[in-house]
Amino acid sequence: MSASESERRCEMLLLAQAEFDGELDAAQAAALSAHRAGCAVCQRATQTLAQTRAMLRDRLYEPAPEALRARLLERVAAAKPAARPPLSARFSDWLRPAFGFALGAAAAATLSIALLSPGTQSLTQELVASHIRALQPGHLEDVASTDQHTVKPWFDGRLPFSPPVKELRGDGFPLVGGRLDYLAGRPVAALVYGYRKHVIDLYAWPQAKGSTAPAKTQREGYNLVHWAAGGMNFWAVSDVEAKELRAFAQAWRAAP
Amino acid sequence: MPAFARNDTFETAVLPHLDAAHNLARWLMRDAAAAEDVLQEALLRSLTYFPSFRGVNPRAWLLQIVRNSAYDSFNLNRGVELVPLAGSPADAEAGAIELPDEADDPEESLIKARDRCWVRSLVAELPVELRETLVLRELEELSYKEISEVTQTPIGTVMSRLWRARRRLIEAAGEAERTP
Repeated sequence: MSASESERRCEMLLLAQAEFDGELDAAQAAALSAHRAGCAVCQRATQTLAQTRAMLRDRLYEPAPEALRARLLERVAAAKPAARPPLSARFSDWLRPAFGFALGAAAAATLSIALLSPGTQSLTQELVASHIRALQPGHLEDVASTDQHTVKPWFDGRLPFSPPVKELRGDGFPLVGGRLDYLAGRPVAALVYGYRKHVIDLYAWPQAKGSTAPAKTQREGYNLVHWAAGGMNFWAVSDVEAKELRAFAQAWRAAP
Repeated sequence: MPAFARNDTFETAVLPHLDAAHNLARWLMRDAAAAEDVLQEALLRSLTYFPSFRGVNPRAWLLQIVRNSAYDSFNLNRGVELVPLAGSPADAEAGAIELPDEADDPEESLIKARDRCWVRSLVAELPVELRETLVLRELEELSYKEISEVTQTPIGTVMSRLWRARRRLIEAAGEAERTP
């Protein structure tokens, strides 16, 4: 059985399929049914759909075998206290004060009052939550390197885009490393910078629209600065002063 | 402010979908060992990211992470695993030695096992983007919208991939019957 040219060309074909998959409402289904009465292509398509479903159902599902399930649950349980290998001693020292503060901030989050629009609000909430989570021991970076030529290639193959990575040591913001994160349902790059005893997370992901100047906001005691440039969206999150975070954003934008 | 008031834990929200995660991993990867690696990586990732999960559909979320882990593994291996070995000897044995249903006589159950093995190889030969769409729809019974989320693909593309997958399957089945 081979599909003819005319079969490929009936515009209603995918609608016939959508009906078969239970995706049409009553009005659409009625329109389709009127069309199908006079369309041999769609009549045959409906047969094809039923045949494939009969072939597949109840035969091919692959539930997790018991032994595998037990192995996986064991590894998940083992990973629970710290999902990533521990940081070097240097960074642990750095982060201990931040850790205590992060727990306080997480508790305070339940009491905070929303001031931003719902869309931005949930994004800043995710950003701050991600930043706090990253401050827990062992979660800060997936690749620890002060070298932008190590960090940038590390993202290749891990993300569907290539984030810009800049070294800002000369401006007082040394690059510490990078990691992968998920925000608003998409994978994003997180670049980790240091500033004195503080950590600045810079999140980056692609966006279609042009560029916007840095704008600052605040959430749960954390400062956030947002801008867009070169087809990328940037959010810097940290507990440093708003003024200093703004200086970071300016240094980053000015760096080659 | 629902985000911090969630009662769900990783155990109650994510782990119940382990079978679904395994099913997808097994259909994306070449063999059981590769699927186990991908599944483990996906579970560890989901454990890490669960505290920031704000969605309402943990199954689709987990499946999306499984798929990303599988694609990362393809990238690391420079695409060599994009086409699985259909009906490998191990799979054939697994199919043939499965215990018969109580109602079946042995001969009939052997035919069924061969049949299952054959359908399995037809699906395994589909290109990965058609295969994952078909598996999510027919085995996992996800809606178009959920498939679109898991595969990060527009719904229109999901619909045309699904149709192409089904048509290829029927064509391949027809050809196989003509050339025994």
